[in-house]
Amino acid sequence: MDLTLRIWRQPRHDTPGDFVSYQVTGVPEEASFLEMLDLLNEQLSERGEEPVVFESDCREGICGTCGLMIDGRPHGPWGNTATCQLHMRAYADGDEITIEPWRATGFPVIKDLAVDRSAFDRIIEAGGYISTPTGAAPDANLIPVDKATADRAFEAAACIGCGACVAACPNGAAQLFAGAKVAQLNMLPQGQPERYQRAANVVDTMEAFFGSCTNHGECQAACPKDISIDFIAWLNRDYRKAKLSGRQAG
Amino acid sequence: MQLDAKVPEGPIEEKWDHHRFNLRLVNPNNKRRFRILVVGSGLAGASAAATLGELGYQVTVLTYHDSPRRAHSIAAQGGINAAKNYRNDGDSVHRLFHDTVKGGDYRSREANVYRLAQVSNEIIDQATAQGVPFAREYGGLLDNRSFGGAQVSRTFYARGQTGQQLLLGAYQAMMRQVHAGTVDLHNRVEVLDVVVHDGRARGVIARDLLTGEVLRYSAHAVVLATGGYSNAFFLSTNAKMCNATAIWRAHRKGALMANPCFTQIPPTCLPQSDETQSKLTLMSESLRNDGRVWVPQSHDEDRHPGDIPEADRDYYLERMYPAFGNLVPRDIASRAAKRMIDENRGVGPLKNGVYLDFADAIQRLGADRVAERYGNLFEIYERITGEAPYKVPMRIYPAPHYTMGGLWVDYNLETTIPSLYAIGEANFSDHGANRLGASALMQGLADGYFVLPYTIGDGLAPRLGEEPLPTDHEAFEEAAAQVRGRVEGLLSVNGSRTVDWFHRQLGRILWDYCGMSRNQPGLEKAITEIKALREEFYSDVNVTGSSDDYNQALEKAGRVQDFFELGELMCRDALYREESCGGHFREEHQTDDGEALRDDERFAHVAAWGWRGLGEEPSLTVEPLEYENVTIATRSYK
Ligand SMILES: Cc1cc2nc3c(=O)[nH]c(=O)nc-3n(C[C@H](O)[C@H](O)[C@H](O)COP(=O)(O)OP(=O)(O)OC[C@H]3O[C@@H](n4cnc5c(N)ncnc54)[C@H](O)[C@@H]3O)c2cc1C
Ligand code: SF4
Ligand code: FES
Repeated sequence: MDLTLRIWRQPRHDTPGDFVSYQVTGVPEEASFLEMLDLLNEQLSERGEEPVVFESDCREGICGTCGLMIDGRPHGPWGNTATCQLHMRAYADGDEITIEPWRATGFPVIKDLAVDRSAFDRIIEAGGYISTPTGAAPDANLIPVDKATADRAFEAAACIGCGACVAACPNGAAQLFAGAKVAQLNMLPQGQPERYQRAANVVDTMEAFFGSCTNHGECQAACPKDISIDFIAWLNRDYRKAKLSGRQAG
Repeated sequence: MQLDAKVPEGPIEEKWDHHRFNLRLVNPNNKRRFRILVVGSGLAGASAAATLGELGYQVTVLTYHDSPRRAHSIAAQGGINAAKNYRNDGDSVHRLFHDTVKGGDYRSREANVYRLAQVSNEIIDQATAQGVPFAREYGGLLDNRSFGGAQVSRTFYARGQTGQQLLLGAYQAMMRQVHAGTVDLHNRVEVLDVVVHDGRARGVIARDLLTGEVLRYSAHAVVLATGGYSNAFFLSTNAKMCNATAIWRAHRKGALMANPCFTQIPPTCLPQSDETQSKLTLMSESLRNDGRVWVPQSHDEDRHPGDIPEADRDYYLERMYPAFGNLVPRDIASRAAKRMIDENRGVGPLKNGVYLDFADAIQRLGADRVAERYGNLFEIYERITGEAPYKVPMRIYPAPHYTMGGLWVDYNLETTIPSLYAIGEANFSDHGANRLGASALMQGLADGYFVLPYTIGDGLAPRLGEEPLPTDHEAFEEAAAQVRGRVEGLLSVNGSRTVDWFHRQLGRILWDYCGMSRNQPGLEKAITEIKALREEFYSDVNVTGSSDDYNQALEKAGRVQDFFELGELMCRDALYREESCGGHFREEHQTDDGEALRDDERFAHVAAWGWRGLGEEPSLTVEPLEYENVTIATRSYK
């Protein structure tokens, strides 16, 4: 199929950007969305034009590197699907597709469709872990965890750190990402000793980079891993408790 | 050159203990006076960096990813082995050791494998304490499954996302050290050379991927945790950015490459669907527990699979290997699939797959039970192909996936360049000629959490007081100038073909002649073709953009440049090894019924290759392999 693409081009983070229209021809229906962009880039290179910068790595929906705003929807038209898993079956010959980077103050544009999501690393660094130095762990079966809790923790842990939740949020808030990590660790017995400190540290750091949550729920709809907004409630509850008991971020 | 593997004396059960006792220690207060560079933040790199940071070393981590959490380890699905024997089914350290040596077709180093089995249990403890949500049973204890045909249930897993969960555990432990100030993290930085001075590794030269700035890092020791090189084939299950540049540049600086032709091509990947295909997707091996593999009896079959009656189907694995059936090891299942395709009995629009059929399982267990076990995999499959495996059999075909070969390391995981270490998939040490399922995660974390942090201290202890080489030292100047020259060279060709075009051509050559089965004329042809293609690359590649910018074409060009040289060495190694073992199948060396024929007289050794210059024959050094604790036997799965 042949398609018209309207793509955001921006040479650098501090220069203005704009949409540029391209024709891409001969896209097989079996191709993935990113393979369609590969093909565009091949065609641009053959004409001596600079290819469009977009990021991806695993192309299996697990590393969280990809992430494009496609016709105004984070990760495109299919639900629970990362951009790299979207396939061209979703489109027909002659379609026009608009492709933009994530837009959020927490994620400055680097070039074209690539953004800087290192603020997520800062959040994890602030408290998204359980402190267990190597070698200090007891036998794994000494810490039983009931299956329901373990499964729930897994659901929260499935977040791939793609940032679609932030991109979807009218306020550019990162509550779903932060909530998923805090909930995972705070519901497990291993995570109890640092529970409230963790919530306080994560939230305080998050607020330095991202907007505030006003419960729109757009994040959950955009999330490729179906992370539930219930985890945000978890985060808020533990954060409130932390502040009530006077724990300061440390 | 003599290779000294530094395997400690004594009975195999006691070697690691003795060795740990004999290793020199760095006093806790002195650790901060040593700087260690860790390149890579996958399971191996992140676990090493976290642990070294906790010990108090000054650690610098470099990764080309935008976040350490994105390393390719994140994609591992099936699980991680350990000798816990929680099932009480007869597992033990010795059995895991034995299975790994046998699975590797007797081409790995006994002492390393034994140690791997010994520390495997601690990995599970460590990960669980970090909050890794492994699958559990109703009683709250950890669940296990049998994986890849193992006769005991020793695989721990977190749904189909074990790699993701283990990596996040290691990444979080590392980020804790970033917060504590012991680990200094540099994202979006690609290492392009290793600096060697007076025969010792002194640091690396890297490129800032956003600004193009050429960076210099100096340290007392350098650890490469940069993963495998399956992407030499272009189409593989590895993440798009995986590459061999760091290990290849170390090789060019004097580190020997061991067994580069040992690559793993497992059977359960999705076949290529069209010309634009950029990578292949692995479907978990576990599917073979319930799926039945078949192709039509006749090569001009064009009926829909559902309309092909039993009598016209060939369940070839069950026919050829009645004892193991669909659960034969990866290499054997893959070669059998290739035979079917070569006999023109492939299925699908491009006739490039075999069926993996769940109809019987659905009848036996019910669709719900099948969905419970494989639902998420079926969903992935359907998203890619548009077909539901509940109704239509899956189509699968082998794809390159893992590289057993890598930098040669001794028992301390040190390469032949002093102070340069290699861990995880980047080294060659533990899997011999074939890796067992769920053992790569185990090895990466064993190296990073429990082996390297001990052994690296032994090399550092006597160097207390020594400052790292200043980055304006001529060794750095020279290496940085070379890197700059290479980058500018790539940009100045201004030819007519894209980097991907060259990479696809190289991949096709390797796949055709150095893939699942190999022979002498084919390998000789491949070596000639690779050289010609490489020359064409230097005169006709087109790399757009500039060097002082975020330039993905330039990044790829450098990686492909190194794949040419590595690809050639893979073929040379495959040509040299005149036997069939594990994933390496030489057509000249097979039994009457087409099974691999090892030659223990001539090839019970590691082949370690040394760089002698572009276009020069590499040097060969062998490390003999001696088996004192397992009896060498022929693998048989009939
Ligand atoms: C689809 C798939 C499924 C798998 N499933 C399983 C499984 O179920 N069980 C199992 O045991 N194994 C599995 N494996 C294998 C296993 O995942 C890998 O062998 C293992 O994760 C490799 O880890 P690593 O730390 O050595 O390297 P990687 O995770 O590949 O990390 C490499 C790191 O090095 C960095 N790097 C590389 N080169 C440079 C450079 N030049 N400069 C800077 N940084 C660099 C990268 O940024 C990255 O951080 C699977 C593999 C694949 C492809
Ligand atoms: S919560 Fe969902 S959308 Fe947000 S980063 Fe995680 S996976 Fe992406
Ligand atoms: S590229 Fe890894 S999630 Fe899309």
